[in-house]
Amino acid sequence: MNWLLDLTPDEWTAVRLSIKVATVAMLASVPPGILIAYLLARGRFWGKSVLNGLVHLPLVLPPVVTGYLLLLAFGRRGPVGAFLAEHFGIVFSFRWTGAALACAVMGFPLMVRAIRLSIESVDRKLEAAAGTLGASPLWVFSTVTLPLILPGIIAGAILAFAKAMGEFGATITFVSNIPGETQTLPSAIYTFTQVPGGDEGALRLTLISIIISMLALIASEMMARRLGKRMDVE
Amino acid sequence: MTVSVDIRHRQGDFDVEARFEGAGRLTALFGPSGSGKSTLINLFAGLIRPNEGRIEVDGKVLVDTKAGVYVPRHKRRIGMVFQDARLFPHMSVRSNLLYGRWFTPAAERYMEMDAIVDLLGIGALLDRKPSNLSGGEKQRVAIGRALLSSPRLLLMDEPLAALDEARKGEILPYIERLRDEMKIPIVYVSHSVAEVARLASDVVVLAQGRVAASGPVTEILQRLDLLPASERGEGGSLVETVVQRHDDAFSMSVLSSAAGEIHVPRIDIAIGQPVRLRIRARDVMIATERPKGLSALNVLAGRIDDIADGAGGEREVRIDCNGVSVLSRITEQSRQALALAPGLPVYAVVKTVSFDTVNAGVAAR
Repeated sequence: MNWLLDLTPDEWTAVRLSIKVATVAMLASVPPGILIAYLLARGRFWGKSVLNGLVHLPLVLPPVVTGYLLLLAFGRRGPVGAFLAEHFGIVFSFRWTGAALACAVMGFPLMVRAIRLSIESVDRKLEAAAGTLGASPLWVFSTVTLPLILPGIIAGAILAFAKAMGEFGATITFVSNIPGETQTLPSAIYTFTQVPGGDEGALRLTLISIIISMLALIASEMMARRLGKRMDVE
Repeated sequence: MTVSVDIRHRQGDFDVEARFEGAGRLTALFGPSGSGKSTLINLFAGLIRPNEGRIEVDGKVLVDTKAGVYVPRHKRRIGMVFQDARLFPHMSVRSNLLYGRWFTPAAERYMEMDAIVDLLGIGALLDRKPSNLSGGEKQRVAIGRALLSSPRLLLMDEPLAALDEARKGEILPYIERLRDEMKIPIVYVSHSVAEVARLASDVVVLAQGRVAASGPVTEILQRLDLLPASERGEGGSLVETVVQRHDDAFSMSVLSSAAGEIHVPRIDIAIGQPVRLRIRARDVMIATERPKGLSALNVLAGRIDDIADGAGGEREVRIDCNGVSVLSRITEQSRQALALAPGLPVYAVVKTVSFDTVNAGVAAR
């Protein structure tokens, strides 16, 4: 046990950074995740299948391609990256924020899928009933739809978090592998495996990443069960 | 309080074209399934947008396609009770009840939580979740929830159809109290003659998306030809009576009417209360002289008003019993054997046990 927790400062940094990147990636994707899932579940508009395809693209593209596309768009000289840096002072390239963006994009399809399924399972008759009781569409959404899809949102968020903890290809392509800035757990493990005598460090970080992922899954399971009990969905 | 409708709406290959006005306490939209009554009530509630037409409730225009008026459902203040209670599963009974109240401007709230909870007898359920309620309890909570949004009009879309007979009997008295004690007009969708006879003051009969007839319930239910085939046996006359006494030794109640005393199985309604009694046409026998040695307790003297042809070669005989019209359905053979003809003095005979409790309800005042 001591051997496991006896991390070097660099290894601790990688663990902390990974958790930070995954948490930010997860939280930032929830609002757009709900919006896109709602559009895909309920919307009837031109280009819906294109939107659906775009959202799912990171799931099927090689991560390296996604990372490279992010680099082209959000890099210093990329159209979006240059605009954000100039007007808002937000820089993604070679920063931990870039790692969070890469992780968010990679986890987004998983989150949208989970939320979309739960929106599709909401009984729209309940929403109609809320309307006849005087609730405007926005109130119907926040008092009926949102509470009913909460388990789906949590499931999607946990999936996105777990995906972010393990994201490697897009992150390393987009923001490289800078210790203390963009070196997340997978990148650190990869680095260990590339140097002689790094086996022990690689193994330690591997175990830690297994533990964190297991904790996330258990937490999601517990929350889903508590919510299920609270809501007594028939 | 008036409701006026004049709409044309096409849905798939089914179209509804209805025009009627209602001013009663409880107007029943009556017809077999597929007659368009649910479509009509959904148009009222704003759950369906009509292709063409106009809907007005209490002087307020809700829909007028010509003038481009369409009030969205959440601004109509029309309460709706659905067949499947549709309680919010993530809220307690109390939160469900208070849901609509929250969206009603304080100045327009006229329903009080305590009064509604009391009226519907749901005080013990407030902290429960909808999933722990029986079908009848759910429906009572759904009625309370609709009422507490202080609506101008209450719509009930076959609120009893999903319940078994015992549960129906449990809820009917609450709807009667609602009709008599709350100052709120009700539009009630039903395909059951028993419910309509017991609850309605006025009836709009729908068939294939059209209004076949409309008027006071006592008139409409006597027209057996208007009833759907499956419900024709339930048709008959409605008699306004008053509870005269209860006879507990024989578990009977005696009602007095202009036609005379009528014995029915013991009902749970106080002496002196008005009761509307439905006498099914198929339950009425006709005798040309006062019968002797007969078990039936109710023998009403009268005179034949007219004889009409009924479905399947049967005859519908209308008997005027001292101003009360009683309908009897008999075979042509019986008519010939007794030589029944308009003007003939006869006796209408009804067995006490042919009245079941759903046939007698507190009359709309």
